[in-house]
Order: sequence, then C-alpha cells, then structure tokens
Amino acid sequence: MKKHFLELIRRTSSQIPPDVLSALEAARDAEAAGSPARSVLEDVLKNCALAAESSRPVCQDTGTAIWMVYHPPGVSPRALERDILWATREATRRSYLRPNAVDAITGKNSGDNTGLGLPVLHFHEWGKKSLHADLLLKGGGSENVSAQYSLPDSALKAGRDLEGVRRVVIDGIFKAQGQGCGPGIIGVGVGGDRATSMLEAKEQLFRLLTDRNPDPALDGLERRLVNELNRLGVGPMGFGGATTVLGVKIGKRHRLPASFFVSLAYMCWACRRGSVSIVGERARFDHMSQIAARYRPDAERKRAS
Amino acid sequence: MKRIELPAAEDQIRALRVGDEVALFGRVVTARDAAHKLMVEKRPDFIRPFLQDGAIYHCGPVMKQEKDGRWRAVAAGPTTSIREEPYQAQVMQEYRVRLVIGKGGMGPRTLEACQKVGAVYLHAVGGAAVLLADCIREVEQVFMLDELGVPEAFWVCRVEDFRGVVTMDAAGGSLHQTVLEASRKKREELISAG
Repeated sequence: MKKHFLELIRRTSSQIPPDVLSALEAARDAEAAGSPARSVLEDVLKNCALAAESSRPVCQDTGTAIWMVYHPPGVSPRALERDILWATREATRRSYLRPNAVDAITGKNSGDNTGLGLPVLHFHEWGKKSLHADLLLKGGGSENVSAQYSLPDSALKAGRDLEGVRRVVIDGIFKAQGQGCGPGIIGVGVGGDRATSMLEAKEQLFRLLTDRNPDPALDGLERRLVNELNRLGVGPMGFGGATTVLGVKIGKRHRLPASFFVSLAYMCWACRRGSVSIVGERARFDHMSQIAARYRPDAERKRAS
Repeated sequence: MKRIELPAAEDQIRALRVGDEVALFGRVVTARDAAHKLMVEKRPDFIRPFLQDGAIYHCGPVMKQEKDGRWRAVAAGPTTSIREEPYQAQVMQEYRVRLVIGKGGMGPRTLEACQKVGAVYLHAVGGAAVLLADCIREVEQVFMLDELGVPEAFWVCRVEDFRGVVTMDAAGGSLHQTVLEASRKKREELISAG
C-alpha cells in the first residue's frame, strides 16, 4: 500500500490535472498577445510540462497535504496512517515534497513533512472492496488569502441569502488580488460551523472544473460568479487581465439557526489533486476524486431518474 | 527584454520602469520570513557582501544535496512578498539591495524604499518553480541552514536568464496599486448590481 501512496504523492506534486491544464490554455488564449498576463500563462504552461517530464514539484511550495481516504470495512485506518506517514517521509527525502512542517511557535522544521496535525488525514469507511485515496496539495500563499465571513455583514450589505454569498465572494477575491497566484479556483462553503464551513470549501476544490452543480441555485451562482469575478480585472498574478478565476465551486452544509458562515478556499492555479484506486496489488492513478464523482453530470441524471 | 548583470549599477536600476521585462544574470540570495526578521533584528554581516548592489529573492526552494555534497535547486518559484513588508524597507537600506524579487507585489513602505535606495521590485511567475529552478545554474553557498531549515535558509545562487517583470520602480510606479484601484471600482459596481 505504502508504495502506491508514495507514487500518488509524486504524481500529484508534479502533474496538473487535465481539466486545469485546459482551463489554463483557454485563459492564455484569452489574453492579448504580448501582454504580461499572457506571458505569465505561457510560462505557467511551460512549467507544467517541464515538471511532469522531470517528476519535479510544479511549485516549490508543495503545500498542505490533504488526504481523503475511502477504505473497505475491516481495514485499519491506523495502519493506513502509518503507510501515509512513511510515504510522506520518503517523498520528502526524494524531493517530491519540500520539508514544509514547522513548529507553530519555534518555527523549527520537522524536516519530513510530519508534525502535529500534518499531513491532514480524513478516513471514510465505505461498502466497496477497493481502497481509494484522493490527495490535494494546497500551497500557503493561496491559503493565506482564503477567508471566512459571518453573515449578515453590514459593510457589504450582505444578508443571509444567496445574494449575500455572492457579495462576500466578490469581496474576498478582490481582497486576494494577485497574492494567491491567480487565476485561482475558488471553493466556497456555505453554512456549517466555522471549521466545517471551511472544510466544505476545501472539499469543493476536489471537483472538476468542467462539472456542474446538481443544485440549480448553487449552479446558477457558480456560473454568475465566474463571469463577474473575471470582470474584476485582477488577472493572472494580479498583472491585470481577462482571467482572475478559473472556476467557482460552491457547497452547502446545514447550520445552526444562529450562524451563517461563508468560507472561501482560494486555490492557486497550481491545483494539485490526484487520486488512486487500489484493488489487491493493482493501483490505478488518475485525477478523479470521490467528491468529483458526486458532481458528474451522469451521476446527477442517474439520481434524478 | 532588458539584461541586468548582478551586482547591478544603480543608474541602470533607476532607469527601469513598471512593465519592463528583465533577464537577470549573476548572484541572487534567497531570503524569506525568518531571514527578514533576522536581518532587521540582528543585522548580520555574513550576508552583507552578497547583498550589496544585489538581489533578494523571496523564495523557499526545494533543494537536493548531491552525493558530492553540492546542492541543486529542484523547484524554486517566488513566495508571497507582502509578508516581508514590515521588514523590507529597512533591509533594503541596511544592505543596499537593488532588486527585490517575489510575487504579489509589496506596499507603500517598500515602494518608498525603492525610490530612496534606487531599487525595483521584480515579479517572477508564482508557481513556475521548475522553470525558475533551471535558471539557478549553481548554488554557491548556504547560510543558517541548520537554524532555519531548507525553505528559510539564505541560499546564495548564481542565475542565468532569470526572467521577471518590473511591477514597482524607483520612480514610484506600482502596477499593484494601479490594478488595486481599478478592481476596487469594479467591485463596487458588481456588489451594488444585486
């Protein structure tokens, strides 16, 4: 098992998923010839190709590793955790990951990407016989411009409704400017408590850029926000330009009547997500997470019928 | 594309303007959060000869040590610069730095220091870590590796054809300020559109 986890880290750190690459290509083509924004996106695409060829990290900030692991009944999460920790240490030794875990107060680097609360592990037991793991590597620059709002927000005149959500997302992406390595992918979590609201926002980042939200109200807001945020003109790296975001993905969770949180998880263009399905000794690697699978249009149709 | 050799001449740097594309050749020193705090609080002399008329690169690289003991840059893109805003102006003046390289731009104090010292802020492509690592032809030295760890250490590098765009210049120009103001207007329009 642990070798497959190591291979998942290598692939995730060095390969940008095809849906993100296509979106970056479209964004490049939308910028004026000779503009700094276009030259940024040309370099970004060159960098992606080079990283994949040479098995090197797309970005030196190999980020927080967020694991979502789905295991059959009877498989021990503790054993899986040991395997993931081994793979994390080995991946760091092989320079697939930068040593990226430091003591919160002293700043002392653990040297191997493990530490209190790192890597981030979520285990889910499911009914299948196979094991599936999804991995997201989320850089610190984009994490620093992520945000959480508590509605109502009087400064933005944002009430507890979809319009309120729209307003705070516009405000959050305006405030991020070029700091989070745009064009970004924006995960939005509506509801929950402060912790689960942000978790929902981060889980949205596992979705494919090409998918559609089965909830018509959220789907409408996602499409409207992509259009509106791209009219902000912040552009790639904050240089100005046509593409400020590549996608907006919104999920919701039940909340207390007293609370209405909206969380924004900003993901840089280097949206590193990878997946592995393991049956017996065989492993299949791709970029199709279990969360993404829930949002596939065909899955949606099946549920409806 | 403007070619700049490091250490750089003050008049050449003062002549650069926002929007200029630049290719760097010569010595660049990485320094980020812990290094900037150290430079302001302790003003260490060990780094002085490497920064005089030189370039600070906001970068926490992935480095690999080869069997012969030499270090090689594996991935080395810029990190977010604004975190160094509280320190940058003082560091630039203390060490006579001519170029600050990073991503995301910096604030008014750094812009003022650019004018005073005769320096520019050079924006590299965030996330283009492999492309930029390949411009690092040699890792000459490293300082404070044990104390600060790989990402935070001072890596003294020799670069060739390291590309970036000037987004803050010594005449007080800032692309970041321009984009911020324009997008602020757009935000008001979009929010009130309901």
